[in-house]
Amino acid sequence: MESIYQALVEIVGEDYASNRHEELFTYSKDLGTSPPQWPEYVAAPKTVEEVQKIVYLANKEKVAIVPLGGGLTLAGLALPLKGGIIIDMKRLDKIIEVNEAARYMVVEAGASHGKVTAYLHKHHPTLMHSEPGAPAAATIGGNMAIHGQGDLAHPYGFNTDMINGLEVILPTGEIARFGSCAVGSGWYTMHPLPDLGLFLGWNGSTGIITKISFRLYPYKKIRDNDAFTVSDENLVPEILHELTHLGLTEDLIATSSEIPPVMNRLHHISIMIAGDYEEEMEFKRHMIFDLTLGKYIRSGVGGIGGIAAERLRPQISKSADWKKGGGFEYVGSIVPVAAYPECYRRGSEISARHDIPYTVLGRVIGCCHAMMFSWSYAFNRADAETVRHAREALHETDVMVMELNGTIWKPAVFGQKLMMDRMDQTTLQLMKKVKDLLDPNGIMNPGNWEVQ
Amino acid sequence: MMGLEEYKYKDLIHRCFRCGYCKFPTDWSDVTNCPAYARFRMESYSNGGRLWLIYAWLTGEIQWSENLSKILYSCTSCKNCVEKCPLSFNDDIVNMVVAAKSQMVETGKVPPLVRKFLQNVQVQGNPYGIDANKRADWMNGLELQPYQGQDYLYYVGCEGAYDTRAQGAARATARVLQDAGVSFGVLGVDECCDGNEVDMLGEEALLEDLATKNIDQFSKRGVKNIVTLSPHAYNVFKNKYPAFGGHFNVLHYTQVFADLIKTGKLKGPEQQGVRITFHDPCFLGRWNGEYNAPRKVIGAVKGANFTEMERNKKGALCCGGGAGNFFTDFLGGSGESPARIRAREAGDVKADILAVACPNCLTMLDDAVKAEGLDNRIKVMDISELLCPA
Amino acid sequence: MYKLTFNEDLCLACGTQDCLVRCQHMDIDQKTARIEMEKIINGEDSFVLHDCATCYACEEYCPHGNHPFYLIVQRQDELGMPPLPEPLIKRGIQTGIPFRGEPEIDEIKGTALNMCVFSNLMDRVQGRLFEGLPIISHDSRKMFHYFCQLMYLHYGKTSVINERLDKIIQTLAAHKAKEIIHFHDECYGTYTSYAPAFGIEVPFKSIHLFEYLYNRLLELKNEIKPLNYKVAYQRPCSSRLSPPMHQYVAKIFDLIGVENVKREYVDENAMCCGGTILGQKKEGSRQYCAEVQKKNIDDMKNAGAEICVFNCPACITTLGKPVQKEGIWPLFMSDLCRLAIGEKIG
Ligand SMILES: Cc1cc2nc3c(=O)[nH]c(=O)nc-3n(C[C@H](O)[C@H](O)[C@H](O)COP(=O)(O)OP(=O)(O)OC[C@H]3O[C@@H](n4cnc5c(N)ncnc54)[C@H](O)[C@@H]3O)c2cc1C
Ligand code: SF4
Ligand code: SF4
Repeated sequence: MESIYQALVEIVGEDYASNRHEELFTYSKDLGTSPPQWPEYVAAPKTVEEVQKIVYLANKEKVAIVPLGGGLTLAGLALPLKGGIIIDMKRLDKIIEVNEAARYMVVEAGASHGKVTAYLHKHHPTLMHSEPGAPAAATIGGNMAIHGQGDLAHPYGFNTDMINGLEVILPTGEIARFGSCAVGSGWYTMHPLPDLGLFLGWNGSTGIITKISFRLYPYKKIRDNDAFTVSDENLVPEILHELTHLGLTEDLIATSSEIPPVMNRLHHISIMIAGDYEEEMEFKRHMIFDLTLGKYIRSGVGGIGGIAAERLRPQISKSADWKKGGGFEYVGSIVPVAAYPECYRRGSEISARHDIPYTVLGRVIGCCHAMMFSWSYAFNRADAETVRHAREALHETDVMVMELNGTIWKPAVFGQKLMMDRMDQTTLQLMKKVKDLLDPNGIMNPGNWEVQ
Repeated sequence: MMGLEEYKYKDLIHRCFRCGYCKFPTDWSDVTNCPAYARFRMESYSNGGRLWLIYAWLTGEIQWSENLSKILYSCTSCKNCVEKCPLSFNDDIVNMVVAAKSQMVETGKVPPLVRKFLQNVQVQGNPYGIDANKRADWMNGLELQPYQGQDYLYYVGCEGAYDTRAQGAARATARVLQDAGVSFGVLGVDECCDGNEVDMLGEEALLEDLATKNIDQFSKRGVKNIVTLSPHAYNVFKNKYPAFGGHFNVLHYTQVFADLIKTGKLKGPEQQGVRITFHDPCFLGRWNGEYNAPRKVIGAVKGANFTEMERNKKGALCCGGGAGNFFTDFLGGSGESPARIRAREAGDVKADILAVACPNCLTMLDDAVKAEGLDNRIKVMDISELLCPA
Repeated sequence: MYKLTFNEDLCLACGTQDCLVRCQHMDIDQKTARIEMEKIINGEDSFVLHDCATCYACEEYCPHGNHPFYLIVQRQDELGMPPLPEPLIKRGIQTGIPFRGEPEIDEIKGTALNMCVFSNLMDRVQGRLFEGLPIISHDSRKMFHYFCQLMYLHYGKTSVINERLDKIIQTLAAHKAKEIIHFHDECYGTYTSYAPAFGIEVPFKSIHLFEYLYNRLLELKNEIKPLNYKVAYQRPCSSRLSPPMHQYVAKIFDLIGVENVKREYVDENAMCCGGTILGQKKEGSRQYCAEVQKKNIDDMKNAGAEICVFNCPACITTLGKPVQKEGIWPLFMSDLCRLAIGEKIG
């Protein structure tokens, strides 16, 4: 298919198109346990027009296209399940606008979270966006395409709850805009237009997001990571409930892990607080630790695990190397906060069965409206047996999430199927209709959210 | 074909997660601080991609190809990735690439330009393949003494000796040292390639050969202190020669200059109102942690305004010339060539002078400024040239 | 099991009750002190067991070389009255569990430097002061094999120390060093005070870091350039276990030409860094901790300190940033000494 390659070269230039084995190899793998899936071409467009031309080309040639951001979901969501063209979105990375007064920012979808954080830090130091704990190379578009959450999830919800406007290339190549930008009124709100929510959470299978406007929030100068520790997992939901009632914190995350031993069978609640003044910080600490959590301390069931640890932004994750083997993958779920104890207990059992030290984490979303609970399974990339164990553990966890009445977040294809098996028929059929309507040639990241 | 078993980092290489932190500069401003990735923007050119490819090649999952060798040799050994990779093996991630290049060298599977580079060094003692007898041409008319026990050996290196642009820096350095009354000598035609690039290209045997010869010569002549024009030579003398038995006190010329300024033996010229920025050479900065000396020397230029480019010191973007790329030029030929990005950055801070402290950077950036059409605004100058009385 | 040597008769006959009367954290008169000590000796509940800040100071205040603090902790343990909430105790106990393989035992002739669980502070023991000293516990993955365990005095857990300490001593001794300099004086206190008090045998000689630094500086005397800084010393709780070694602080300061600023919280009246108070069960502990820290730092500031010198890595973790905010430079003693001989510190 030399002609498709040639056409890609014409669109993006020779340097940014490849059908060479080495590039195809690289894009055939993601970082998790998924087996490789080979693309036939890779292209890295620089402009919206170039992306659009690729989409037209794909429709003409009936080849699949898969948008790829940082490629960091771990769940194989940007692997070309049916071959075709990988569109590496990372050159589409312009910062288009920051509106300080209305607290929003418009970027091209391939801009990385690291870049956005650094840009705001430098040019708008009183503003921040909700940054996920993913490596800084994760893109804004990729994160929105899977309903990500960041370090403002407790006060403000999912990152996709913060969207003020979207520009999308439809699977057939037309460009559509949503929100106030659609009526030419700037990028400051998604409402009050009729709801079309067709692109978020779809893993790029209904279109390619090219521009996003998202909300920014106050960035306060003094930023601490405090911690509260309990041994009884049953206390975690009520503590989180009390803290969200108080409403003085940013991110709230509960973690527990077998390794290092200091974390084993303990639950460590990270309480992120921020203030512009020392007095503000002390006030918050007093409210949190003395008044709200004091009773747990005095009765001896909870303790201050630390005060004023540094909060890095971008956050740096070293979790991949826990097993000294360069790999881990996690199942994420969206569950009620009340499910924390059960999630932890059953997760650590699955880990034990596969001889993987357990690692769990729950991040509060909204005012305890839900929690992103994750179970991580480390493996050694050089040891197929450990990869197999991790994959099996992931599948068992997917099943367990369903048993717990949870929903799987950014499910791999295996989990997507479990969810669709349980989905009510009307919704499922509507999904199919939407997909068929938008993508008549079935070329957009096929295999994802595919209703049979 | 050599496999994983023979590979020095066989127990480490699979641990790269391909998370991509290694693409960023210190201030996280963008994913474009690996010069090879900045140039090609395909995952295969980031260090994570490169390490995965190497592992796949060593385990037989993929075969050697011209493209694979180009991907490896487009790494300039700039060490930005080492700076940013958060994992415990980060110190070795460039060494992993170099070790894989070694396996390619051993099996004779390197890109033709790399082969040429290595052959030239072997035959003529320099990568350009120019006659070894012409190695002293750069000093014509300078009245320099051959080294015979002076305080310093001034080691010029291949670029300074042969490249017409870099010769300017070699001469300027010599003249400043002369003017400041430093006692030094040179080796003239007896000088031979230092081997830093040979090392970075993975040719271990040739490095050993060069190092042994050089050490032998230095020792016979009683050399104790060496001042180098190039940070590359500085690096290999300082960090690699001890393993071959060569223990010398090695300084980069900016360090010597900084000291001369401190003791009042060297004075900066007047450059009223001129705006100077500085491009950190990787082998002085990230490899050897020297960020101050060149800035101190620039600071001695009276009346000039010094301004940093956005990416500087540990976060500087490499000019794209390291690990032999100033010769093989795998990163050239595009507006996204690192040297051209760098030239534009100098333009962004409105610099009149883009100062460098490395003959490789000098030639790379001099060309880049021209290619960007900025040569009427920005002058690329080696720090030695800045300090050299006209 | 090991038994604490505590001379009860001597204690009951004490004319001062300095241990409790001088306590900075509880206001106790001599009469009450006598009554409470008696209760403690008899294994009965006492408010002291609940309110103790675990600052170790009473070990130093006792004029008879008895071990009032060890006794308090032992009683907290026996009576199940730990000063910290249960999860923090559990976490603390788990902290000391080695989990990354066995240490490599290389034999050392002569003197060695023991880093205990501070292998990641190797940068603090560089340069000519430490030249040629073989290091024990230089690998952070293996460091818990060398953990002196004394931290559990803050946890009401002599039982944990007594259960683990002998193994640690055997591991240290396996290196066959004749003398061991301890980077942290908590280790020095473990092997020269705690272990003997409980009859635990220690087959090597211990040297206090400050004594070592002082002697080393004497050897390099010609290279010392007086630093002329005004310095405050943050005395750690562990130093209360080796009072005679405290003199080396003043001696070193003299030698390197820094001024030991005059302040209230100094020497026997030194103020604890607050690190262990923060998480205590007792009501108001967090605020009390903040108060103690504020008093301490204000005192340094008022005395005009430019540098705050630390011995203990935990103290520097707790107080390093706050003192820096006040414009005072936090430094390890080893680094201060290096500055004095003209070395750069990394
Ligand atoms: C250590 C670690 C920690 C993490 N922590 C978090 C966290 O705290 N919060 C969180 O939300 N996530 C987290 N993640 C998951 C994931 O990495 C992030 O959600 C990340 O933002 C995904 O973005 P990406 O650019 O890597 O997306 P990719 O993996 O490249 O893509 C994700 C999906 O979106 C599609 N896609 C990509 N770009 C577009 C586009 N422009 N238009 C349409 N579809 C597109 C892809 O085809 C794919 O299906 C973590 C991952 C790791 C490895
Ligand atoms: S080299 Fe380090 S930073 Fe780069 S991808 Fe690999 S693990 Fe990540
Ligand atoms: S050394 Fe430089 S060029 Fe090579 S991979 Fe690392 S960052 Fe890229």
